[in-house]
Amino acid sequence: MNRGHIVIDDVVKVYDPQGAAVLAVDHCSLEIEPGEICMIVGPSGCGKTTLLNAIAGFHEITSGRIVMDGEVLCSTEKPKSVPGPDRIVVFQNGALFPWKSNLENVIFGPVVQGKLARKDAIDKARAMLADAGLAGVERNYPGEVSSGMRRRVEIVRALMNDPKALLLDEPYRALDSLTKSVMHEALLEIYYKNKVTIFFITHDLEEAIFLGHRVAIMTTRPCKPKKILNVDIAHPRDYGVLTSKRFRELIEETNDAVHEEALKAFQAGEKEG
Amino acid sequence: MKKMLSNPDFWRGAASIAVFLILWEIGSRSKQWMAPEFFSPFKELLGAMGFKKDYLPWVGAVPAPSAVLQSWIGVLGDAGYWQSWYMSFFRVMGGFVTAMIVGIPFGLMLAVSRVSHGIAFPVFEVLRPIPPLAWVPASIIFWPTQESAIIFITFLGAFYTIVINVLGGARSIDVRYFQAAQSMGSSRWDMFRRIVLPGTLPSIVVGSAVGMGITWEVVVAAEMISGGGSQIGGTSGGGLGFFIWNSYIGGSYEQIVVGMISIGIAGYASSEMLRWLGRYATPWLKTR
Repeated sequence: MNRGHIVIDDVVKVYDPQGAAVLAVDHCSLEIEPGEICMIVGPSGCGKTTLLNAIAGFHEITSGRIVMDGEVLCSTEKPKSVPGPDRIVVFQNGALFPWKSNLENVIFGPVVQGKLARKDAIDKARAMLADAGLAGVERNYPGEVSSGMRRRVEIVRALMNDPKALLLDEPYRALDSLTKSVMHEALLEIYYKNKVTIFFITHDLEEAIFLGHRVAIMTTRPCKPKKILNVDIAHPRDYGVLTSKRFRELIEETNDAVHEEALKAFQAGEKEG
Repeated sequence: MKKMLSNPDFWRGAASIAVFLILWEIGSRSKQWMAPEFFSPFKELLGAMGFKKDYLPWVGAVPAPSAVLQSWIGVLGDAGYWQSWYMSFFRVMGGFVTAMIVGIPFGLMLAVSRVSHGIAFPVFEVLRPIPPLAWVPASIIFWPTQESAIIFITFLGAFYTIVINVLGGARSIDVRYFQAAQSMGSSRWDMFRRIVLPGTLPSIVVGSAVGMGITWEVVVAAEMISGGGSQIGGTSGGGLGFFIWNSYIGGSYEQIVVGMISIGIAGYASSEMLRWLGRYATPWLKTR
């Protein structure tokens, strides 16, 4: 397992450099190991999504560089990386195409890339959906199934591209806490089968510690790692972890750091989102 | 059918139409029952308000629904009446379909290409506020036949609405869909075909429905003004708009109302057909 090694090296992002010059990411460095679940925790609007957009290739960086598996995605000289199927984003509000059935959504990547014939893509999609417990919703439109189901379909759609890394941007933010805990176990189950690097943004500390190998707690704007926590709870994990002593200790260890940044963000009046 | 009969909304609609017809009938007949003296205080009042005293607006001047129905039954066997239907439908469909064929690609082009938006949009925006009816004289001069002039005017009625809806619809597609498609390796053509087109479809449906309504408004007025292309089929070849105008000139007031209701029915049928097509084209929307 040596795909999906991401190095974020001294990345700076300034929005509107000629005008307001908002420093969103400040000399941020972070290394994500192949196959690691790296959780990024920070208050809303702290700049963590900016970092994700830089990796995905949706936004430019101002300076620094991001390297994946030896390939420079973006750097000071080439500020915007080219989006590609090796790094797929799962969005906060979901981005399944509402006009395509779930199955058609899932086969989208391989078919447009011409990597698989339509028929083979359908076979593979059926197998993967069934594997994720989604066999029943193939023919439905995304609008016809629950938001939890939609997120799972979207993750399956991402995995169909055989990516090196999944970039998840608060994918469970809109879900209630009970659905969330179901989704966490489902995500881990998918992860154990498809060991892919996961870059997961959240503002929920419990979610972060439950899922992650490591948790990077970010400072509020400008964004950079404030504290990095190694979660020494063995995988595979299930929801029983939530009540374990070690889990509670880790929460206690990091809670202050998170709360401090949340307070700063609140006082700065950062907009949520 | 059985479902329809057990639906309270159906009965509410039926009752409302019945009550409307009864009130109209009573109103129309009121002139027969009421002595002219009855109205004199109103005339004085109107005079005091500065109106002419010799005319009092009264629903009694409008033919009663029973008389309209009788006249309608009379024209049902008349080929000219059906010819009017056919002519108006032909013009509406001709203008409307052309507006879709020209308007949808044009709107998409404006939405997708910044260059073409920059070049074409200012001209479009200057032409758009000009009401289609203001085009009547110019298009009669320009087009070789009156028929093509009328179709051109109906085309204009639908064209602007369709373009504006397509443009707005294509622009309001969530950027996440483009980002997702891009990261899954879509080419520009894939993005257009698989994201822009289906993402714009709901707006195309809405724009067409609104555009269809405008075409009916425009075709009737154009037929009245231009004399209905009467060289084609004499007085009966002028479409429903000319049918109304002709009835007015000929003093057949019942037929005016027959023509009006016919347009109502024709417009409703067109919209219903579009709604059906729209539901068929955007099956994912029924789940919302």
